[in-house]
Amino acid sequence: MLKTFKLGGVHPAENKLSADKAIEKLALPKSVFIPVAQHIGAPAQALVKKGDQVKVGQLVAKSGGFVSANIHSSVSGTVKKVDLAMDSSGYPKQGILIDVEGDEWETGIDTSSTLVKNFETDPKKIIDRINEAGVVGLGGATFPTHVKLVPPQGMKAEVLLINGVECEPYLTSDHRVMLEKADELLVGVRLLMCALEVDKAYIGIENNKPDAIKHLKELAAKESGIEIVPLKVKYPQGGEKQLIKAVTGREVPSGALPIAVGAVVSNVGTALAVYEAVQKNKPLVERVVTITGKSVKNPANFLVRVGTPIQYLIDAAGGLPEDTGKIISGGPMMGKAVASTDIPVTKGTSGILLMQDAEAKRQPMKNCIRCTRCVTVCPMGLEPYFLMTVSDKQIWEKAEASKIMDCIECGSCSYTCPADRPLLDYIRLGKGKVGNIIRSRKK
Amino acid sequence: MSKLLTISPSPHVHTSDSVNKIMYRVILALVPALAWSVFMFGFEAIRVTLLAVAACVAFEYLIQKYIMKSEPQITDGSAALTGILLAFNVPASLPTWMILVGALVAIGVGKLSFGGLGNNPFNPALVGRVFLLISFPVQMTSWPVTQHATVDALTTATPLALLKEGVKAGQPVSEVMQGLPANLDLLYGNMPGSLGEISALFLLLGFAYMLWKKVITWHIPVFILGTIFAFQGILWMFNPENFIEPVFHLLTGGAMLGAIYMATDMVTSPMTVKGQLIYGIGIGVITVLIRNFGAYPEGISFAILIMNGFTPLLNVYIKPKRFGGTK
Ligand code: SF4
Ligand code: SF4
Repeated sequence: MLKTFKLGGVHPAENKLSADKAIEKLALPKSVFIPVAQHIGAPAQALVKKGDQVKVGQLVAKSGGFVSANIHSSVSGTVKKVDLAMDSSGYPKQGILIDVEGDEWETGIDTSSTLVKNFETDPKKIIDRINEAGVVGLGGATFPTHVKLVPPQGMKAEVLLINGVECEPYLTSDHRVMLEKADELLVGVRLLMCALEVDKAYIGIENNKPDAIKHLKELAAKESGIEIVPLKVKYPQGGEKQLIKAVTGREVPSGALPIAVGAVVSNVGTALAVYEAVQKNKPLVERVVTITGKSVKNPANFLVRVGTPIQYLIDAAGGLPEDTGKIISGGPMMGKAVASTDIPVTKGTSGILLMQDAEAKRQPMKNCIRCTRCVTVCPMGLEPYFLMTVSDKQIWEKAEASKIMDCIECGSCSYTCPADRPLLDYIRLGKGKVGNIIRSRKK
Repeated sequence: MSKLLTISPSPHVHTSDSVNKIMYRVILALVPALAWSVFMFGFEAIRVTLLAVAACVAFEYLIQKYIMKSEPQITDGSAALTGILLAFNVPASLPTWMILVGALVAIGVGKLSFGGLGNNPFNPALVGRVFLLISFPVQMTSWPVTQHATVDALTTATPLALLKEGVKAGQPVSEVMQGLPANLDLLYGNMPGSLGEISALFLLLGFAYMLWKKVITWHIPVFILGTIFAFQGILWMFNPENFIEPVFHLLTGGAMLGAIYMATDMVTSPMTVKGQLIYGIGIGVITVLIRNFGAYPEGISFAILIMNGFTPLLNVYIKPKRFGGTK
């Protein structure tokens, strides 16, 4: 029996169209727009102004606090302006627009593909380096990695979990990283273990990627303390709490962080970025992005510089299909629908999904028939039908008492509802309200 | 860019499951049992079923359109399903006008007066059936003999009714049993009874289909039938002269029909497995009590309606197991 998490879960059609497409370097765009807020936490402070010359890897915006991250230029060229432009949120956001000229890197950055295995073992130095390089969680949550590596007072990490689950349909960037960058990835895992001072790491991979499981198992056999854990395919196994439960059996208490059970979770892409930051002195300026969709001519996995407009990826994959009805940044379960193809790839962009018109439309909602399906699939053990009702009627005490804040917004409930009820839309709204109420109570 | 893109919150994909599919799959699951009824009762079974379905759909359409002034929802299949279940719960000889009354009560009172699909606290088909049973007890308990019976009569009594009369008259169960069909006959449905309740075998076949298609889960039917078996089994062990062995009760009086198709009505059954356990045990216990000690020979319809009434309470007080909750 393969391991998996116990409560709830769904299995949407996997549609991993680009799974066997090797990572390709995408040609440089003419210009990039690099938002200063690409992570959870305070935005970074821009350090450059119009007319400045920058190189690849140069710090262009400084971390704006403890929970924040440095931002580096992903190209060489001239800063055209520091201004507002649209990002995937749909709102204009502060960022740096750079016209690309050549491809000149900062000195000291190792851009070769030579594997560097020997590493610094001082946790503090590793964490500082990760901090400097602006590494954030690449799975989509974009939480600054250096913050995760410093557990709060009185807490101690016992185990590192590497998320190679990629449970979102369509996305394959992590899969390709595990196949093509496995050596680098494992050094990255070692570095993270060292930084956390733990001697055990698990890499959880869903069973629909047998090639990645096999490859990493062979390599990990030579290392001590790194174990590959094949998992049953079930969404949302990539959710931190679900992954911890699946791999270790530990259950993060309601309202607590994974560190409460001694676990720290990091994504495979992040581990690779950690390797590059520490071993190659290379800041996070590029990442692997899947471009995919049922009508896309050549679904692909591109190595893309941060700030590249997604139009470039779409063109490289064969152009925007006629029947495109929705463009999603991320996967179909948790990704964000975007309004234009001008928005930039950021550190958290794992994929761009072009959905067909027919798929993009929602069905009109019907009455709840109390079929229990939403309750059965909720991985947090909530009652989505009830949370929707109380959010709609604004009965916030009941929403709070029914644990609305535990919702991880995985979308399993809305996905499953045979009456096409937009459960998560309402629950999100309710979470926002209840969150505000809780915060104002603490003041 | 010229294209208009859809912007909506996640998730962006949806299962192929829908309310319609659920309803039509339940209907499909009932087809084998219906075929058996036609084989047993002939044209009368077709007449009753078609009438009940047509009447339920028509009443739903008319009431929604002209009284509720809303968009009729007859295509969701729920009215048709109510019609079939109503037909399954009446004798195949029921007069046409009574079927129409039953359908009107089921749809009008049982379902639409509460706001339509999803809002009704009680199973509409059972509301219709119980109304008929109370209003027209004679017609509702005159069972046509099956086409293949050898007796020379127009009507006959169900095995449960025979049992009840026998026990009331002071006969020991072992003696009454001489006059009852064997369990094997009961299993495939060679007995008089309501139109759709007689063949346990075909009803179970539909159950298997619904489990396979994940229309319902096994919980409620198993909890109910298990309770009937266990409770009746205990009574039988203590006093086999007064109480019949439990398998007999599983195969008669619509126990299968009720447990698999009526009690599992999603709208009126609890949302959590724990709630469903209490609900199932409740239905099983009440059924056995009515059958052995009550005025009616069969009791699962009342039992289901009673537990339907507790469902909202069970939903409020029994919560699913939360992730990371303190035990
Ligand atoms: S979105 Fe929230 S309520 Fe819905 S299934 Fe996921 S955790 Fe449960
Ligand atoms: S899945 Fe939809 S129809 Fe079923 S109980 Fe939940 S909200 Fe109601």
